[in-house]
Amino acid sequence: MNIPRARITAMLLAAAAEIAGNAPARAAAPAAALATTASVDDRRSGAEFMSASTQAMQRDDSLNPAMLWVSGGETQWNTPAGRSAKSCAACHGDAKTSMRGVAARFPAFDQASGRVINLAQRINLCRERRQQSAPLKLESEDLLNLESYLALQSRGLSVSPPEDKHLTEAAARGAKLYAQRIGQLNLSCAQCHDQSWGKHLASSTIPQAHAAAYPIYRLEWQAVGSLQRRLRNCISGVRAEIPPYGAPELIDLEAYLAQRDKGMPIESPGVRP
Amino acid sequence: MARALIHMPSTAKQGEIIEIRALIAHPMETGYRPGADGKILPRDIIRRFACRYNGEQVFAAELHQAISANPYLGFFTVATETGTLEFSWEGDNGFAQTEKIAITVSAS
Amino acid sequence: MSITRRQALGAIAILLARPASATPDEMAAAISRFTNGTVHKTGKVKFDIAQLVDNGNAVPITIRVDSPMTAADHVTAIAIFNEKNPNTGVAVFTLGPRAGKAEVSTRIRLATSQRLIALARMNDGSYWSQGVDVIVTLAACIEGEAP
Repeated sequence: MNIPRARITAMLLAAAAEIAGNAPARAAAPAAALATTASVDDRRSGAEFMSASTQAMQRDDSLNPAMLWVSGGETQWNTPAGRSAKSCAACHGDAKTSMRGVAARFPAFDQASGRVINLAQRINLCRERRQQSAPLKLESEDLLNLESYLALQSRGLSVSPPEDKHLTEAAARGAKLYAQRIGQLNLSCAQCHDQSWGKHLASSTIPQAHAAAYPIYRLEWQAVGSLQRRLRNCISGVRAEIPPYGAPELIDLEAYLAQRDKGMPIESPGVRP
Repeated sequence: MARALIHMPSTAKQGEIIEIRALIAHPMETGYRPGADGKILPRDIIRRFACRYNGEQVFAAELHQAISANPYLGFFTVATETGTLEFSWEGDNGFAQTEKIAITVSAS
Repeated sequence: MSITRRQALGAIAILLARPASATPDEMAAAISRFTNGTVHKTGKVKFDIAQLVDNGNAVPITIRVDSPMTAADHVTAIAIFNEKNPNTGVAVFTLGPRAGKAEVSTRIRLATSQRLIALARMNDGSYWSQGVDVIVTLAACIEGEAP
C-alpha cells in the first residue's frame, strides 16, 4: 500500500534518532529493518478510525449488537436441517473447536464446483451437499447468523488466505478492480482507501478498507451485513452499477482484500459506523 | 421469539449492586421511514421494558422511536435475595417477550 | 383563498416527504408535562454522550444521577427529551431505592445536530436536569438499495 510522504519522513527521522542512540518515542519498525519500508506494517484496522464508544461496542460482547446474530447462528448450528435431519453439530460437533480458523481461510477455492467461494457460499454448499437442504438466500438473516457465529470462532487469529493458484488469480483480478475507476463519480477503491485514508469524506474519516471484521454490525444498516453488502454500498456510493450478491467481481474483490489483509487479526463480528 | 441477550452475574453478595445489560433484536421501525417502494413503513417499536425481581418491579423503561434498533438497556439493581429476575418487553403489533434468569445471593 | 408563504413552504415540506421535526417549544412542553410544571434545577444529572457521533442511528448514552438511592432519598424516574427528532420523547426510566445506583445506559437515534436534555425526578418531588448539544452528520456514502 501507498505510504504517505509524512510517514516516510517520520520513519527516516526515527531511524536517525535510533542511530544517534535515542530510542524514538513511537517506533514504527524494529531497528534491524530500518533500511526497508516493506517491513513497516502501516495497516490499521477500521476500528482505529471510529469513536471510543463505537470501539467499546465492538470490544465488549455484552454491548455488541452482532452477538444477537451470533446467538441466532449458534441456535441454527444445533438445529437439524434439510432431508438429512442433521444439524451442523451432527458432523462438526462443537463449533468452538471444529470451526476455529475456518473463517480465516476464506475466500477459498472449492474443488467440486471449480470456483472461488466465500464463507457464506461454503455454508450453503454444506447445506446442499451434506444436509440435503436448500441454500439460504445470500445476505438473509439466517445465513448472516451462521456466518457471524463461524467468523467469531476465528476472532483473534490472523487472516490466512490459502496458497492456491485459483485464489491468486482471483486476487489478481480483484486487485485490478480495486484500482479501476468506476461510476459517475469516477473513483476507484484505491483513491479513497489507499491514497486518502485518514482524510475526510464529508464528516467521515476514510478508513483503509480492511475486511478482517466481517460480518459487521454497521450502525448505518442497524443490522449485521456481509463484506459484499459493504462493497455494494461503496459501489453505489460512487454511482456505479451494483453487481448482485455472489457476483464474480465481488468474490474477486474479496479474494484481493484477503491477500491485502493477510496477517491482520480477525475482529469478527465487528461494529462499524 | 426475538433473539435476546442478557448479561448479569449469576451470583452476588446480599446488598451488592449488580449491573444488568439487556439486548434484544428488534427493528424499532419509527413510522417515519419510507420503504423501498416509497411508502412509509408503519411504526413497529418496543414501547415498554420491565425488570421484575422475584415478582417486584425494580426497573422499567418507556421507549419511543428515538431508541435505536436492537435496543440496548443497561441498568443496576441491588442483589437482595436468591431468586429469579424476569425481563419483559412489550410493543406494537402485540410484541411480547419474557426472559428469566436465576440469581443466587449469599449472605454478605 | 390565498395561501400564506408559510403554508406554501409547508406544502413543499410535505411533498419532500420529510417527517416534521420537533421544536424547542415542543421539547419545553414535554418537559413541563414530565415535571408537572415544577421548575427543574440544573445539576446532579450527568449526561454522557459523544460530542461528535459516528452515526446518528445508534448513539450510546449514559445518564448518571448523584443520589444515595436510599428509601429516604432516591431518583424515581429519569426522562430524556430531544429537540429536533420527529418525536421529542426518547425514553422514561422508572427507578427506585432497589436500583442501588441511578445510572441508565441505552442507544438512541438522532436525526440531526441538536440539544438533548435528561431530567431526574426525585422522591421529594424535585427535578434536576442536564442538557447537552450534540453534532450529528450523515454517512458519506448512502446505501443505494437495502438487500
